[in-house]
Amino acid sequence: MEHPLTVDFVRWIVLLPLAGAAINFLAGARLQRDFGKRVISLVGCGTVLAAFALAVYAWAAMLALPPADRFMLDYLWRWIYVGKLRLDIAFWLDPLSMLMVLIITGVGGLIHIYSTGYMHEDESYWRFFGWLNLFTFSMLVLVLADNLWLMFVGWEGVGLCSFALIGFWYKELSNTAAGNKAFIVNRVGDWAFVVALYSLFTGLGAAGHPTLVIRDVAHWAPALAGMPGYFGMSLVTFVTLLLFAGATGKSAQIPLHVWLPDAMAGPTPVSALIHAATMVTAGVYMVARLNFLFSMAPATMLAISTVGTLTAFFAATIGATQNDIKKVLAYSTVSQLGYMFAAVGVGAYVDGVFHLMTHAFFKGCLFLGAGSVIHAMGGVQDMRLMGGLRKRLPITFWTFLAATLAICGVPPFAGFMSKDAIIWDSFAHGQPALWALLWVGAGITAFYMFRQVYMTFFGEFRGTHDQAHHLHESPPSMTLALVVLGGLSVVGGFVELPGFIGRFDPFGNFLVPVFNSPATRRVAQSAIENRGLEAGFGVLSLALVAAGWFLADLIYRQGSASFEWVGEIWGGALYRTVLNKYYVDEAYAAGPVAAVLETSRASAWFDFHIIDWIVNFAATLAVFSSWLSGRLDRYVVDGLVNLVSNLTLEAGGRMRRLQTGSINGYLYGILAAVTLALLVRAVLRA
Amino acid sequence: MTHPLTLITFIPLIGMVLILICPKGQEKFIRWIAVLFTLPQLLIAGWLYANFNTSTTSVQFAEHYAWIPAYHIFYFLGVDGISISMVLLTAIICFISVFASFTIERGERGYYALLLLLDTGMMGVFVALDFFLFYVFWEVMLLPMYFLIGVWGGPRREYAAIKFFLYTLLGSVLILLAMLGLYYYGATPTFDMVELAANASHYSMTFQRVAWIALFIGFAIKIPAFPFHTWLPDAHVEAPTAISVILAGVLLKMGTYGILRINFSILPAASHEFAFWLLGVVGTINIVYGALCAMAQTDYKKLIAYSSVSHMGYVMLGMAALTEAGINGAVLQMFNHGTITAMLFLLVGVIYDRAHHREIAGFGGLASQMPMYAALTGFAFFAAMGLPGLSAFISEVLVLIGAWRRYPMMTILGAGTAILTAGYMLWTFQRIYLGPLNEKYKGLADLTPREFFMLVPLAIIVLILGVYPHAILGLLGASLNHVNQAVLMAHAPAAAILP
Repeated sequence: MEHPLTVDFVRWIVLLPLAGAAINFLAGARLQRDFGKRVISLVGCGTVLAAFALAVYAWAAMLALPPADRFMLDYLWRWIYVGKLRLDIAFWLDPLSMLMVLIITGVGGLIHIYSTGYMHEDESYWRFFGWLNLFTFSMLVLVLADNLWLMFVGWEGVGLCSFALIGFWYKELSNTAAGNKAFIVNRVGDWAFVVALYSLFTGLGAAGHPTLVIRDVAHWAPALAGMPGYFGMSLVTFVTLLLFAGATGKSAQIPLHVWLPDAMAGPTPVSALIHAATMVTAGVYMVARLNFLFSMAPATMLAISTVGTLTAFFAATIGATQNDIKKVLAYSTVSQLGYMFAAVGVGAYVDGVFHLMTHAFFKGCLFLGAGSVIHAMGGVQDMRLMGGLRKRLPITFWTFLAATLAICGVPPFAGFMSKDAIIWDSFAHGQPALWALLWVGAGITAFYMFRQVYMTFFGEFRGTHDQAHHLHESPPSMTLALVVLGGLSVVGGFVELPGFIGRFDPFGNFLVPVFNSPATRRVAQSAIENRGLEAGFGVLSLALVAAGWFLADLIYRQGSASFEWVGEIWGGALYRTVLNKYYVDEAYAAGPVAAVLETSRASAWFDFHIIDWIVNFAATLAVFSSWLSGRLDRYVVDGLVNLVSNLTLEAGGRMRRLQTGSINGYLYGILAAVTLALLVRAVLRA
Repeated sequence: MTHPLTLITFIPLIGMVLILICPKGQEKFIRWIAVLFTLPQLLIAGWLYANFNTSTTSVQFAEHYAWIPAYHIFYFLGVDGISISMVLLTAIICFISVFASFTIERGERGYYALLLLLDTGMMGVFVALDFFLFYVFWEVMLLPMYFLIGVWGGPRREYAAIKFFLYTLLGSVLILLAMLGLYYYGATPTFDMVELAANASHYSMTFQRVAWIALFIGFAIKIPAFPFHTWLPDAHVEAPTAISVILAGVLLKMGTYGILRINFSILPAASHEFAFWLLGVVGTINIVYGALCAMAQTDYKKLIAYSSVSHMGYVMLGMAALTEAGINGAVLQMFNHGTITAMLFLLVGVIYDRAHHREIAGFGGLASQMPMYAALTGFAFFAAMGLPGLSAFISEVLVLIGAWRRYPMMTILGAGTAILTAGYMLWTFQRIYLGPLNEKYKGLADLTPREFFMLVPLAIIVLILGVYPHAILGLLGASLNHVNQAVLMAHAPAAAILP
């Protein structure tokens, strides 16, 4: 660890997508016009797939190293060297960033290929791939950064790309509003994030080790123990709480979750790549990356697991009421991210990251499946106008079903391995209340997912005759990604089996060197181990999942049960509240947003009517006083006359001194006078 | 090269004379004379950059000649880490603003002559190391600016020009008084800034305070610091594009440069004392209040003007921090604000030249009509928002990381303003460029090659300094840390503490 392996190929994983972005942005419009969209596809997909190939090579190289030495450093150049601050442009590849790089370039590569089909008719095809490539680049910077400021470059960079891709169809004003909302809400989180970095750097400086290089922070973090922070908190608690606040922005957790559902305004591949598989997991990644710090702050950990659990639960309830095929998946994503935070919040970092990976598979697949459906439906997203699509879109249907079973946690699909572990973790770390909410959330998940499957793929087609005529399976470029991700939803979880089945955890073993700080080990050891109980809880979860599935089947497939009475509870208030997402958007609009706009208007008013008025008044006062003194002069004629005569005499005396006889002096004088005269003339002419 | 600083300062003046004697009927050559006499400036600036010794705190490329020996006034030019980046910035901005002036159609002779005179004045302010000479350049700069706004400006140009003139004159008078005070009460009567700085401890604390405040107000007007900032929106709205570019790109920096060069260097003890209230608190007010005012504007140019007020606040906060990161961030922010705001005003000019108005609500959907223009605007807007990877991010981070230890609350406010900035920038971008195209503007042409080649070099600088800020930071460090150390170490002379 002291001397990481220095390599020089990791940079190309990052730079290849950047090159793709540069080509597409700078020359894309011309290339597309002269050589067709195929060139754009080649650049866009080729660079990401090449990066994936390189990532696989890096993986192989890493596996060849002994587990304790699986760290690689690729240093490029000095970035910011001021005072004690020493930051490089350098990439740090360890098992955790390796995993993320494989997901980003692998799943990302598939989604790039998918996009060549999905976006084929769009005239701004080049612009789409430019942003998608730039996103891939930013995301890779985020996960590979060797210091926290460089991580922040990626952190906001992905926010920029998200903004641009949500508002990709910018001629529709509502799309751009969604993009703005995403960026601004993320900036709220980023505010906390940067303040955390300021205080972390200063705190480490006070301990004698000013640094923001992640591995050095890990090394010196124990020195922060017991250091006082701000607002009555210890420094570590303060820093980690703020970092987590940053994560709630990027990963759409309560209370900053509001932007993600709106972000569905973007093209569906964007929703799959950015708003499901990669970017929104950045918060989870960051907490896992800085586990050595978070594990030192029990209060923050409690906050994380609580917020995660609440988000998991409440987002699931909203998901159960939505009718837009993408909105359901959006709330589902918020909910699943909540599960990840619930895991890392109790110290089960491996399970959180594990769920991050399986979620990338099945949620990527679900979004791409939804995209395939929307593609077939000619842009319609309302599930009430769908139905019976399984016959016309068989590949989409089967892959969607596989991903649904995965997200519901049906064994042996991928989601079962990761999600069930998380539910158990919360109990094992002594949080029965959180366990209960996560457990119920799993049931709701099964309900809303099968509700979606039945409304979309089963029953009779409810759209127009015209739409029915045009229903078709998507082209191979799109189904390829569906099949691969669907397959991974089935088998992707077999890298880490639940403890009660048997000890088989290559995934956890691979990540061990990352989660090896004393504090993290302490937190991990606090969990109870009871194989029997774990198995029992697994069965409990399954029972509830089956119940949710059964309920959805009853209502949306058989139509034999109606639960209208649910909508009537409290005069319908409960249903309306959930349907309207608990009125959080409305509360924000009426609270902070209105307050800022009012303050802004008041400031502008104050500026114009008070400050500027004072300035103008002072000027008027000066004019008045000069007029007054002019009057005085006139009436004190004697004084004036004396003054004039005195002045004349004095001036005469002075002028005499000008007659120095020095030619130089005269020349300067003439030059100055001529210049001045010319200038005055030019000004007067104008 | 001998006398590079004299050359870089006075070459535009030769151009001015040539323009004034240019025969009647040959006015079309005038703009090219202006180009011809600002280009060497850029080249010399490049030469200075290449030959600048980054490891010394002493003055470089110095030229020292007696001017008015009877009063110890010298023709003393030189650059150090405090001024070198400003010399570069001035050369870049002046060269670009000549091209931005090509749209001026009346009184070209007077316009370009004044522009070049202004150029000399600005360059002179940054290279002069004799206070008297500094003051002469400071005044030389004032008059052309007054005429350029008052004659070639918009509908309310006279009000704006007079306001600018009187306000700045007030500042000049205060600076003049402080200068004379420093001269008479000094260890030896001198205007030599290096010597004045070396004998900083000589002045009594009371004198330091009075002189500091006088100088501060003089410079604060230029920054412009709250509450002396209201001339700026008016001046910007009325000024022609090129003049706005110079105003925001270079002129505002003279305020903060003056504080560093004179207040910090010559009056370190008072600087230490006033840093919290007059730089920190006022700077933070600038940041937050400027952003809030910007958000409420309906005029595109006025909005950008208020964003300048906000962004210059970071410079003040960075200086107030009295840390290496803070002061380096402050000067880097001066440079970055110069390039980014120059871009912003050029971009406003692009649409004003075509649509002849600047009402934000009167546009809409321009991205579909002018994609290149929208793309470059987006770039500049995100740069102004401090997007990581672009230049302003580095300087804002350095300022805030430097300010954190002494002023955590101000840092939190300063960092939080990034949300407001994103809010008004994105909102403006949406209203002007996104959504359905306003039918009225269906025929607008995208950027002309001239506009394109003014904007792109600035964009490249912004991008390079985002990933390799060392290109500027490397120049600054030695001198700035020296000044900062002096302020930190400054103790009030024992005699001055007692009444």
